[in-house]
Amino acid sequence: MPFQPIKFYQTGSFVVGNRLLSEDQRSVQSSQARTNSLTLGHRACQGCGEALGARYALDAAMRASGNQMVVANATGCLEVFTTPFPETSWQIPWIHSLFGNSAAVGTGIAAALRSKGKQDIRVVAQAGDGGTVDIGFGPLSGMFERNDDVLFICYDNEAYMNTGVQRSGATPPAARTATTDAVGPHPGEDFGKGKNLPLIAMAHEIPYVATATVAELRDLEYKVEKAMSFHGARYIHVLVPCPLGWGSAPSDTIRLSRMAKETGLFPVFEAEGGEVTSVSKIRHRLPVEEYLRPQRRYQHLFRPQPDTQTIGRIQAIADKNISRFGLLNGEPK
Amino acid sequence: MLEQIEGSQAVARAVGLSRPEVICAYPISPQTHIVEALSVAVKSGALEHCEFVNVESEFAALSVAIGASAAGARSYTATASQGLLYMIEAVYNAAGLGLPIVMTLANRAIGAPINIWNDHSDAMAVRDAGWIQLFAETNQDAADLHIYAFRLAEQLSVPVMVNMDGFILTHATERVDLPSQEQVDAFLPPYAPRTYLDPADPVSIGAMVGPEAFTEVRYLASLRQHEALSSIEQIDEEFGEVFGRRPCGFFSSYRMEDAEIVAVAMGSAVGTLKDAVDDMREQGVRVGALGLRTFRPFPADAIRSALSGSRSVLVFERAHSPGFGGQLSADIAATLRSVEPTVHSVVSGLGGRPVTRRSVASAIQASAKGELGLETFLDLDESLLKREVTELGTARRSSATGGAVAQIIESSGPQGAR
Repeated sequence: MPFQPIKFYQTGSFVVGNRLLSEDQRSVQSSQARTNSLTLGHRACQGCGEALGARYALDAAMRASGNQMVVANATGCLEVFTTPFPETSWQIPWIHSLFGNSAAVGTGIAAALRSKGKQDIRVVAQAGDGGTVDIGFGPLSGMFERNDDVLFICYDNEAYMNTGVQRSGATPPAARTATTDAVGPHPGEDFGKGKNLPLIAMAHEIPYVATATVAELRDLEYKVEKAMSFHGARYIHVLVPCPLGWGSAPSDTIRLSRMAKETGLFPVFEAEGGEVTSVSKIRHRLPVEEYLRPQRRYQHLFRPQPDTQTIGRIQAIADKNISRFGLLNGEPK
Repeated sequence: MLEQIEGSQAVARAVGLSRPEVICAYPISPQTHIVEALSVAVKSGALEHCEFVNVESEFAALSVAIGASAAGARSYTATASQGLLYMIEAVYNAAGLGLPIVMTLANRAIGAPINIWNDHSDAMAVRDAGWIQLFAETNQDAADLHIYAFRLAEQLSVPVMVNMDGFILTHATERVDLPSQEQVDAFLPPYAPRTYLDPADPVSIGAMVGPEAFTEVRYLASLRQHEALSSIEQIDEEFGEVFGRRPCGFFSSYRMEDAEIVAVAMGSAVGTLKDAVDDMREQGVRVGALGLRTFRPFPADAIRSALSGSRSVLVFERAHSPGFGGQLSADIAATLRSVEPTVHSVVSGLGGRPVTRRSVASAIQASAKGELGLETFLDLDESLLKREVTELGTARRSSATGGAVAQIIESSGPQGAR
């Protein structure tokens, strides 16, 4: 088959089209040698951030491992929409066991490979935010603490989407979910709750922690490849908008991901051994209102009139992230 | 080689001889001595090509075993009681995925009230999970059954749980004949799974199955359990050839030839039953004992033919389903529904209470006289029950059951005491 360059642009972003780059700088996805780890035919919704993130992350991990890779997957959308028996969209060795144990299953696979002297085969475990920060947290923390040779990827869409959009420990303040409804004196999720898994992962002082969004897919690929260059426990937390759960247009998945970063609400950074080593600077700082407004899960903040106090509290969270991680140009890190 | 050895150490040696590749464990009494010994074997290098993973919970222990087994490694873990309940989701999952994991269950009561001693409540809590469940009568059995379990599990792609009575067996020092590595290697070939997580031949394991195929998946699981019955007979024979002692089959039979009364149990109590049978035989009572080794799959046909000539069957069972009765006697009664004997449930040995030769004999005597109820709690201490009723609320003391239960005892009286 003759070589046919794939043009790959993200309009409106700062990402350079692959055509303008030398071949070795091009994205994994632009290569015809990509493995299509998650291939067509799956049942994800239009605009699903998780399907997009998983495809890019796993193809990058496959390339980094020389296609020698095994994946453990938690229960959730990613599992359900990819493997309705007797079909599968996975072209890689893949196992789904339970909701809360993908990290432990990953540990077991890694132990099996080590006992057989097959350490060239790498292990990735993955879950949504519920399977990571809530029900899967014990096994994940155990995997981190033992520094098992597993890359864990969390696809964070900030609620239990597969079961109908219930609140998780990753649901942000004021967000409406089916169990934090937009009713009562304080509609949506409470302030002061939830956990920051990237920081908790860093507290385990594992070799590598990174965050990414599906707006900057080349950055996601880079971080997965970087993670694969380490052995031991590694963690990547990817923000993946869910049009169904967020009440956003499928065509806005990339835009919202970018805005989450550009507002400072989702800091994008890398850490090694528990220390932040790089941050992705905000290019055009946006007020949080612009990120919140297109999402129906926040519509109670704008109707009947803007709830400036609550929006201000969310802005304060973004401002704190910006100073904590030095997200603006001219600030250190 | 014959050795005086603690049950747990014997099991650890047998597991080690089976060349496991991944062992994972979380501490819980009374299984800890087994995994402690295995961790030493791995860390010292005595057990090669094996990873020992210290996990953070039983849920993780079995999940690690699931991952390891799915990646093609011979995997082992051990637990008991609360630990088994904490991993129960993974217990069902391992069976559903058809992973040949071997797990020791050092049988122990389940709280509240917290109790670390032996009964079979834990094994009964997972009897429907799809695992093969074997029960050891002695420490020789326990050691043999582990080697046997790996063979059975891998031949059928079904996980196997080896039950051994907590403390009574795990912590008892007995004479055990441990086989040589050559013998074990001759009996147990390396694990060669047909399907595993292999980059050279990618598979998706653990797909979502809807109403269109779930019944068929469960039917096949049931079929495999029934297949296990014939596999067990075949493996028993091979085991006998290699090790020079033939396992008892589905159950051991003791002085059953003309028995009108048959005492049935699983685990270490079988030995006591045999002693009591000897005593009662001396008094002219035609009684025998049946020690069930294979609880799941349930060898219904063999049990029916073994018990059909008897008049009454006394099931000494170390577990009880509140609001119904004993699980083992229910299974046996269901097996015997078309034949004569009356099945009596004798709930015995809960939470570590000894099942004594004398108490067993008293129940057999009551049965011979036609005085045994359909359900009896063996050695029920009526004075303790009365004390629980009268003292509760009047003095500052610890309570095991709370006032409500005491009230019920007060109003209705104990059921089926000795």
